Amino acid sequence: MAAGVATWLPFARAAAVGWLPLAKKSMPKPPSDNKSRNDEILIVNVSGQRFQTWKNTLDRYPDTLLGSSEKEFFYNEETQEYFFDRDPEMFRHILNFYRTGKLHYPRHECIQAFDEELAFYGIIPEIIGDCCMEEYRDRKKENLERLAEDTEAEMATDAPLPPDSTSRERLWRAFENPHTSTMALVFYYVTGFFIAVSVIANVVETVPCRPPKGRVKDLPCGEKYSLAFFCMDTACVMIFTFEYLMRLYAAPSRCKFMRSVMSIIDVVAIMPYYIGLVMPENEDVSGAFVTLRVFRVFRIFKFSRHSQGLRILGYTLKSCASELGFLLFSLTMAIIIFATVMFYAEKGTKETNFTSIPAAFWYTIVTMTTLGYGDMVPNTIAGKIFGSICSLSGVLVIALPVPVIVSNFSRIYHQNQRADKRRAQQKIRLARIRLAKSGTTNAFLQYKEHGGLEDRHSGSQALCVRNRSSFEQQHHHLLHCLEKTTNHEFTDEHTYSEVCMAESVGYRTSRSTSISSHQGLSTSCCPRRAKRRAIRLANSTVSVSRGSVQELDTLHIQKSSIVPQSRSSLNARTQDLKLNCDDTDFTAAIISIPTPPANTPDESLPSSPGIPSILRNSRQLGDCSGSFTHETVKISSL
Amino acid sequence: MGIQGMELFAVGVVIILFVAVLKQFGILEPMSMEDSSDSDLELSTVRHQPEGLDQLQAQTKFTKKELQSLYRGFKNECPSGLVDEETFKTIYSQFFPQGDATTYAHFLFNAFDIDRNGSIRFEDFVIGLSVLLRGTVNEKLNWAFNLYDINKDGYITKEEMLAIMKSIYDMMGRYTYPIVRDDAPFEHVEKFFQKMDRNRDGVVTIDEFIETCQKDENIMNSMQLFENVI
Repeated sequence: MAAGVATWLPFARAAAVGWLPLAKKSMPKPPSDNKSRNDEILIVNVSGQRFQTWKNTLDRYPDTLLGSSEKEFFYNEETQEYFFDRDPEMFRHILNFYRTGKLHYPRHECIQAFDEELAFYGIIPEIIGDCCMEEYRDRKKENLERLAEDTEAEMATDAPLPPDSTSRERLWRAFENPHTSTMALVFYYVTGFFIAVSVIANVVETVPCRPPKGRVKDLPCGEKYSLAFFCMDTACVMIFTFEYLMRLYAAPSRCKFMRSVMSIIDVVAIMPYYIGLVMPENEDVSGAFVTLRVFRVFRIFKFSRHSQGLRILGYTLKSCASELGFLLFSLTMAIIIFATVMFYAEKGTKETNFTSIPAAFWYTIVTMTTLGYGDMVPNTIAGKIFGSICSLSGVLVIALPVPVIVSNFSRIYHQNQRADKRRAQQKIRLARIRLAKSGTTNAFLQYKEHGGLEDRHSGSQALCVRNRSSFEQQHHHLLHCLEKTTNHEFTDEHTYSEVCMAESVGYRTSRSTSISSHQGLSTSCCPRRAKRRAIRLANSTVSVSRGSVQELDTLHIQKSSIVPQSRSSLNARTQDLKLNCDDTDFTAAIISIPTPPANTPDESLPSSPGIPSILRNSRQLGDCSGSFTHETVKISSL
Repeated sequence: MGIQGMELFAVGVVIILFVAVLKQFGILEPMSMEDSSDSDLELSTVRHQPEGLDQLQAQTKFTKKELQSLYRGFKNECPSGLVDEETFKTIYSQFFPQGDATTYAHFLFNAFDIDRNGSIRFEDFVIGLSVLLRGTVNEKLNWAFNLYDINKDGYITKEEMLAIMKSIYDMMGRYTYPIVRDDAPFEHVEKFFQKMDRNRDGVVTIDEFIETCQKDENIMNSMQLFENVI
């Protein structure tokens, strides 16, 4: 109640006069207060909406923006008001906080926007009044969960593998996420098929088949075609065992894997077979063996790796554990009570079914769940009365926790649906973002290659210079400064990888490619790409240009299918002009550090620490007229 | 239990359920508390408007602007226009978090509540403040005497003074240096009476009080302390 304190302080101080005659010592001097006593009205202009308030109101909370001298930074001398370029709707709530001392959270606003406003005005969210605190907390938690899901999905196993993953890691990836490679997918479907086959075989082998000649009784098919079923079982178990061992090998943490639910199910599914193999054909023991066969049905749970719905169900039940526990507990209580009552009510009847209280449990359960088999029926009036009460209460007790479980299930199910939808949308979103980003970098690269950074020494240059906004100019200048600082230049991904390839290839084959310097290239430059593309380059031709230009293998020309978002139509023309140049004769751009865009969500250039500043090639093409530079290859991503 | 017993029991249960069902239909309603809801309504509609600005200006020594500012703060805190004792105690206790200010706040409340109707209106508030901040020394001393004189009979007895002193020491709380001894209020009262009670009759009258205070330099100087509070 800070506002109250501020208002009543003068009163409390005035009332201190009552102590003066009693004082043992003399009073201290009061603090000098030379600010103007007169209260004034301040005008706060938030995006055009004018709010007016007393200065005292704002002074109530001196540790916020509006209450401290920080607001002077926003003071506009000409209009004599404080101008904030923020949301006026939200500001209303902020100002109300000053006026009433309570901060309310508007339900229709986005929680993040509200948080940002609070952070801007220097108000901590903990001050939110009790009336709105719960809603605020719930929304915040929901938002955080959603963000966590997002980041999780981003870092999901859909991401491409790091280049230096062992076969073990790749195997694990293949198992966990079958969509990554076709082999994994094939394996996934094969195991699924065999699970189904195994389960069906288990079921069918108990169906009575026609008896073979010489017998009268119907035989279950399992015994008639025992060999066939045995073979099928063996095949399935082989596959399952193989799969389990593969998973065990590939698992990053074997102990954790062995303790996980799925692996336990796997073990339980294949154990009976092995135990059966080992056990002798004793009559006594085979009884136990038959029991073991029951566990084969657990193979059906292996489907949960294949079915997301099943996993959701399992997860729901796990998360509703407390509700289920409550249901169980209340049912147990009711069962015991009613069973006792029924037993004593029916005690007098001759030949009654209610021989003991545990015997009455069965009746109670059957009645409460409204099954009503009718094998145990009360005969006395009291028994009938209590029996009817029992069935009525059973309906209620069972119905109570069900909505909770249902709502939990629906929430989790929708969450999953949302996650799937988001993953699908994410890819499109990322592609679009990539596009937008590449526009900027491509603009810079294009500008460079058109010699815009060099002195204008030829008239034809003018054509290359596009109209750029002042923002772009300054941005390009900045990038250029960075290049000069580090003595490297920006390039794009493809060129970089190609040159890298060439380096590693050249290094390895030591052809007559003259690399001007830095022989000792680390092949860790881009090893993965090196491995992949070495094949491609095998048939390449070497193009030699004049001068101290390095010889490179063929560059794979990839015209950018997406026009970089340049704003000038001049760009098109320059492209056409360039095509007149001799296509075979071009050089590559230079390698440098990968450009800084901080949030490229997808594959970024493998930045190895020791990237040498490889070469500056000359910008001149042999036969190309004019001083147009090379055709740099452009890809839409960087 | 025999069969008879169980049947009796069953019949009893049935009757109970029957009554419960009847209650649902409103046929068998117990005496409901219809009065309480109305009384709640009453309290919330009590409101008080102060006298006009000009009248208050005449009664007190505040300027119009000061009165406006005071009223704004007052109305913000107490929209109904009245401060009851509980609210007053809560507000005053906020300034003394270490100790227990409720007893002293009670005395203070009585000092402000001139017409003893259990709530402080804005007029009482402002008149009291006017005396404390803008009044003459005599007026202030009068006010202090009024505060100490709990039963407003014109005499301060030792018991009254002891009560006041104890309440003041209560506001200090437990964590003081040096530790407040149990007889500290008593001693303080003794000293006070020694100083103030001229004729040693065991009570202090208003004249004795004012006379003694006027002679004490410390007290006279300190009276100017709180003039600039508003």
